[in-house]
Amino acid sequence: MGNVLTIILQRLALGLLTLLIVSIVIFVAVNLLPGNFAEAILGQGATPDAIASIERDLGLDQPLVTRYFQWLGGVLRGDLGTSFAQANFASFSGTTSGATTIAEQIAPRFGNTMFLAMITAAIAVPFSIILGILAALYRNTVFDRATNIFTLTSISSPEFFLAYILILFLAVLNPIFPSLSNIFEGMPFSERVEKSMLPALTLTLVVTAHMMRMTRAAIINLLASPYIEMARLKGLSPMRVIVKHALPNALAPIINVIALNLAYLITGVVVVEVVFVYPGIGQLFVDSVKIRDIPVVQACCLIFATAFILLNLTADIMSILSNPRLRHPK
Amino acid sequence: MMWYWYLAVLVGMCGLAWLFRWKGQQMDWSEFNNKFRDMPYSVAFGYVLGLAILLWLYWAYFQGHSLHQETANKFFFLRIAIEGFIIFAIAAWVFRLFGRNVGTAGTKKLFRSMPLTASFGILTILIYAIFAIFAGAIAPYGQESIIPGVAANIIPGGDPELGGNPDFPLGTDQIGRDILSRLIYGAQNTVGIAFATTVLAFLLGGTFGFLAATLGGWLDQLLSRAVDVLMAIPSLIFALLLMTIASVWAPQLGIPLTVFMVVIIAVIDSTRVYRLARAVGQNIVVMDYIEAAKLRGEGLGYLVFKEILPNATAPLLAEFGLRFCFVFLTIAALSFLGVGIQPPLADWGTMVRDLGGFVNFAQFAPMAATAPLLAAGAIALLTVAVNFVVDWMLQKSSGLKE
Repeated sequence: MGNVLTIILQRLALGLLTLLIVSIVIFVAVNLLPGNFAEAILGQGATPDAIASIERDLGLDQPLVTRYFQWLGGVLRGDLGTSFAQANFASFSGTTSGATTIAEQIAPRFGNTMFLAMITAAIAVPFSIILGILAALYRNTVFDRATNIFTLTSISSPEFFLAYILILFLAVLNPIFPSLSNIFEGMPFSERVEKSMLPALTLTLVVTAHMMRMTRAAIINLLASPYIEMARLKGLSPMRVIVKHALPNALAPIINVIALNLAYLITGVVVVEVVFVYPGIGQLFVDSVKIRDIPVVQACCLIFATAFILLNLTADIMSILSNPRLRHPK
Repeated sequence: MMWYWYLAVLVGMCGLAWLFRWKGQQMDWSEFNNKFRDMPYSVAFGYVLGLAILLWLYWAYFQGHSLHQETANKFFFLRIAIEGFIIFAIAAWVFRLFGRNVGTAGTKKLFRSMPLTASFGILTILIYAIFAIFAGAIAPYGQESIIPGVAANIIPGGDPELGGNPDFPLGTDQIGRDILSRLIYGAQNTVGIAFATTVLAFLLGGTFGFLAATLGGWLDQLLSRAVDVLMAIPSLIFALLLMTIASVWAPQLGIPLTVFMVVIIAVIDSTRVYRLARAVGQNIVVMDYIEAAKLRGEGLGYLVFKEILPNATAPLLAEFGLRFCFVFLTIAALSFLGVGIQPPLADWGTMVRDLGGFVNFAQFAPMAATAPLLAAGAIALLTVAVNFVVDWMLQKSSGLKE
């Protein structure tokens, strides 16, 4: 067991290091901007005096390295800074709930995005694994080919195309789900699920294809092994051979691909949230990009990157743990 | 009430499946007997389910032709989708037939083993290429020209009775530009820019990847670790962050934002190309002929371009198709979010964003949703086509694996 522990600790350390470097990259990229924060806040008509005073207030007269560590320290304490937009745009964006710092702004949206990701995972993971098993079971039949074409199509369509198709068929022509996901706090759970159903279905279509193809490939890879042949010769049914004998051994790549796809969800969520006006972190990110609200962009970027790295790390660790040869060394 | 009906249909289908298998086992066809005897119940059910779906599609198709306007509206898009599917399938089949009988022996052989999906893909890519190259000659109006005196009108068909204008087959957008022309120019701009970006990404990633593979040592370490870090940030998020910064720089330097976008996406995407090029390059570098070339005293440029590159073309080409899809989708997503290809240029992502709201009127006038769906569909169709071709190429190069 000690062997596995060292590997996992190594991976964790590597992940932390990557995270640190990524934060440096984000910080430096943002600080490459011409002009500075003070000018951006005050606009073009700012007097040099006003700029100097704001720079002193925000600590912008410090050297870059000092500022990086101040920013990093703030982030670690949960203080992500203050949004430019809160000064200028809060009055008409309608989203102000008395939030003044980025952390307060992001917190509820982060919860919403996580909720969406969890609903998507709850639908997509069982669906794609079952579809993958069926495709492996009936490989090279009409069913397999139809699934192949369907998944290839959905994997290569842009998210907004799938989203509009779903809106068209499930919200406009057959009003089953609402096409706008106006979610707010204190909403009953069932209503919340109903309102986030269309974005969740869109994301499901996006990630299912990849997971299903990997499940199918992983199982088919194993079907040539001698112990599968043995099971078949014993007279077991094809379904039993796959579920009892092939699936447990194919679990490592499948878990890996699921974690990777959840990481992919993080990126896909941006476009989908914009289409459905879902009040998540992705929408905040895009809005801030448009109005060049640099501190919010920076914070969102860091959160997305952290989630991405953590999920990739989880994928790594899970695939180590699901490998019995590593868990029980000789 | 509806639920009872669904349940009844399900039970009926289960019964039918059982009957189907039982009847099949009773039959006396020598070649089918084994098939029916060993058939699990789920397979029989699958056949019945498939048949039910086909029957439903057939029914829905005729509902789309219904004289009752509301019913016809409801099934309008399904009807168009079915017609489109059949037309594309026939076109792909004819194209494959054409390819099998015309051309040199090599191309004939290529077409003989081609699945229908791949021939559909090649045909679609050819059509897109023609539109992209000759956009100026095909489009009836300019992409930026705002036609004076034309009311915004997104009903296609140009039927004056419905308020259409026969001069504009797909209607005009909010500020009076011809939608058809913009769709055609979109092929030039969107596909052209995506293609240029992919080429740039390959030049960057390929060069550095081969250099890292050939030279090794600290350069390899430095580049690889840098790529590791860049790949740890989700690409769309990183692109959005850099685009924010670029949008501040662009007006100061007087360079169009689109140029920044091409460079940013190319750099982000070149990390993936770098990985592949380095891996492929490392396998080639250990070959004897590289050793021979080194002993001959050949320079680095000769090694990379004359020895490694020709031997790495095949895997890089397949990767090019996939990379193109990714770049194309990223650019479309950025444009859709409003930070990609900038307004005066016609572009599909931007068109979807501008016209997307009309989808909500499809219940009353299905034609209103045509323009945004066409623009989004144009993106989807091209990526699907490229993916089909790449899928076929990969399957061909990996041989008969299964």
